Amino acid sequence: MVHEFDAVIVGAGGAGLYAALEASKTAKTAVLSKLYPQRSHTGAAQGGIGAALGNVEEDSPEWHAFDTVKGGDYLVDQTAAKVLAEEAVRAVYDLENRGLPFSRLENGTIAQRRFGGHTHHFGEGPVHRSCYAADRTGHMILQTLYQQCVKNDVTFYDEFHVVDILLEGTRAHGVVAFELKTGELHVFKAKAVLFATGGFGRMFKITSNALANTGDGPALLARAGIPMEDMEFYQFHPTGILGMGILITEGVRGEGGILKNREGERFMERYAPTMLDLAPRDMVSRAIMTEVMAGKGMRGDRKIDDYVMLDASHLGRETVEKKIPDIADFCRTYLDVDPAVDAMPVQPTAHYAMGGIPTDTHGRVDTGRAVYDGLYAAGEAACVSVHGANRLGTNSLVDLVVFGRRAGRHIAEYVRGASAPREFANATDASRAKIGGLREKKNGAHVGPIVQRMQEVMMTQVGVYRDQAEMDDAIKQIQELRDEFKEVGAQDTGDGFNAEVLNILELESLLDLSLLTAAGAANRTESRGAHSRRDFPDRDDDNWLKHTMATIDDDGVVIDYKDVDLGIWEPKPRVY
Amino acid sequence: MKVTLSIQRSDPERGGEARLENYDVEVKRTDRVLDALMYLTRNVDGTLGYRRSCAHGVCGSDAMRINGAERLACKTLFKDVVDRSGGTVTLEPLRHLPVQKDLMVDQSPFFEKFRSVKPYFVPKAEPTGKEFVQSQEERALFDEATKCINCAACYSACPILDKNPKFIGPAAIVQAARFVNDSRDKGLDERIDILDQPDGVWPCESHFECTRVCPRDIKITKLINLTKRQIKKARAADGRETAEGK
Ligand SMILES: Cc1cc2nc3c(=O)[nH]c(=O)nc-3n(C[C@H](O)[C@H](O)[C@H](O)COP(=O)(O)OP(=O)(O)OC[C@H]3O[C@@H](n4cnc5c(N)ncnc54)[C@H](O)[C@@H]3O)c2cc1C
Ligand code: SF4
Ligand code: FES
Repeated sequence: MVHEFDAVIVGAGGAGLYAALEASKTAKTAVLSKLYPQRSHTGAAQGGIGAALGNVEEDSPEWHAFDTVKGGDYLVDQTAAKVLAEEAVRAVYDLENRGLPFSRLENGTIAQRRFGGHTHHFGEGPVHRSCYAADRTGHMILQTLYQQCVKNDVTFYDEFHVVDILLEGTRAHGVVAFELKTGELHVFKAKAVLFATGGFGRMFKITSNALANTGDGPALLARAGIPMEDMEFYQFHPTGILGMGILITEGVRGEGGILKNREGERFMERYAPTMLDLAPRDMVSRAIMTEVMAGKGMRGDRKIDDYVMLDASHLGRETVEKKIPDIADFCRTYLDVDPAVDAMPVQPTAHYAMGGIPTDTHGRVDTGRAVYDGLYAAGEAACVSVHGANRLGTNSLVDLVVFGRRAGRHIAEYVRGASAPREFANATDASRAKIGGLREKKNGAHVGPIVQRMQEVMMTQVGVYRDQAEMDDAIKQIQELRDEFKEVGAQDTGDGFNAEVLNILELESLLDLSLLTAAGAANRTESRGAHSRRDFPDRDDDNWLKHTMATIDDDGVVIDYKDVDLGIWEPKPRVY
Repeated sequence: MKVTLSIQRSDPERGGEARLENYDVEVKRTDRVLDALMYLTRNVDGTLGYRRSCAHGVCGSDAMRINGAERLACKTLFKDVVDRSGGTVTLEPLRHLPVQKDLMVDQSPFFEKFRSVKPYFVPKAEPTGKEFVQSQEERALFDEATKCINCAACYSACPILDKNPKFIGPAAIVQAARFVNDSRDKGLDERIDILDQPDGVWPCESHFECTRVCPRDIKITKLINLTKRQIKKARAADGRETAEGK
């Protein structure tokens, strides 16, 4: 079936929904989502959304922008960071005015808490900047935005899985989507397409990300020849539930929780004397791994999966139940631990992709060499870049609403002047052949062994600490797995509700993004933000203060670069 | 330990009766039921149909009947449903919604009822460029209802829907209560004509089955009864009768 819209939004998380609310005001807009919108992973975000409201103490957007740049180890585009911090304030008020039930201070204004790397007066000490709704901030954002879409009658195509982009040179003309219910391939012609498909933590074994976080948007654009930006910068959040990766928000440390090693020592005192447990995530994750490697993990066996403890028991029952009720529930359900009484066993968990589809501050795809017409990206799938080499907590939710909104507005404007999308005679042929091929290999290989090996290789060889030999080997292994993938077949040959076909396509996305991540990492011979190398432990601004732009082709990955926008603050060593 | 997953299979599109199919799997006591399902689809039988995403009980994708009770497969550990020696775990789709395939049900009727209660903010006042002020006490009044993830577990467990499929169901009332009790919203005024209908709040007989199964621990029955009282009070103030019993 062929549909025609002014604008097609791919993804119904925070970024996609916000863009849809804006674009649909004037443009004929459709939202395509492989999940029911309310199942999107924005709903899992816990700790808060950062904005310098100053409700608890003095704060300013300028400090927020500076913290963002420093937190990103100076790989952040500084004008974009200023936009983020300045528009964050309006964005939070806008969400509240649309009904978002933030927690409240005594005086009835929006409650704010401390979060990692957020400071006052350019680094003097922690500041209350994270606006929160208990530990369910993302749930509230997703619900509020979806409710607003219902109110405004936005058009949704639920369980439509986008598999291809219609691209001619540097102009987008629409997408191809697989409808779960029927197995039919649909063509959505559009003047503008926005990808807001979220993160891809599922390439790692231990992750806080949903099973659906497979990076389909970046992967299919990469296959269409568009370079991906800064893929080597993947954030490991220091506190995932042991063995499962389920997130324990930084908000726990914001409320006063403390990390301890097997000797009961508050080891962050040695790594970040000012910010302590609230140092940025990359530093805390490295500190944990360093403790583990020194035999100070709880088991003490120096193995990569050893762990430390996060203690919040001194906060008392009331604070735990009021401020982190869901965390308490997760701990009781999955660990049989009551955080008001006992410490929680934690280990770093793959959490957030700083890299992704390169865009400018209007969400337009911008590779540094070309700006695409009618092609946009926003949210975790995009790289503006406001997070640089390491994102600060609470800055993703800001990113979604600020840049989701900006992209939506730009789209509305753009489609008014753009010509109608072109006709593509064989729009669905490639996808049909690919999916047909999977069904023909009814007795083909299962995805299980490939998923398992990919996740293990990425976790152990392209994880918190990296070195050349391990990464080179990871690239080799991922390439082997991409070959093995060609043997995978779908046992389910039916048309309706064939989720298996989609699971296989999701694995293809993850394999391509794993390759780009490992190749970008192996190429960057310095340590910066979340990319830390044992063999190149220092930041190297002379050679590496630049964005990686990685393109995938038949022989592997081709690397190019893009300048960093350094207009405001000069790079300095990063101490906390 | 070894467990047998006994899964209800059906593919209405291709006909045939629903049947139980058994799969033996090796699991840890602390594994989620969803982990075993994932293992099966990735390594044994790719044709199994179910939905899932977050894997930790916050997205509402994988509500199903596990040993007869509505639960999230990602929030149910084997130790919660079998003893140390293992045993059989039965997985069936939710009730009151048409089965699409295996454990997947068509949620559209459920979501239609959700949409019918105006599940969105209708502000009392015009925004001023800052937040609407709300006290901590006012905020606490509707906290419970904000937790709903629309998993439809309650909708499946509700005995009223056996006899009256038109009942809007527990979740939609929870969603309405979310706004009815929000001091910033126009609240009940906006929604009373939807809730005060024969198939609105009144069919509920307080069986507490919804409250029992809700994976977000929402005291649903209590909220429904509160909503009934609020409607009665509002109608009485207007000198009107409610639709109860009509
Ligand atoms: C556990 C957890 C806690 C977090 N806590 C915080 C926090 O406190 N503060 C903060 O700032 N950030 C937090 N983050 C990060 C933040 O939540 C995410 O980065 C952000 O929500 C991503 O939003 P998104 O809109 O980009 O994507 P998502 O919300 O993941 O949505 C992606 C959408 O794309 C759709 N989609 C994907 N592929 C396709 C396809 N092929 N076809 C069609 N549709 C597709 C999906 O259906 C979905 O609707 C947290 C992240 C996690 C995992
Ligand atoms: S009220 Fe509870 S059981 Fe019902 S849909 Fe909401 S979360 Fe699920
Ligand atoms: S998979 Fe999200 S609730 Fe279970």
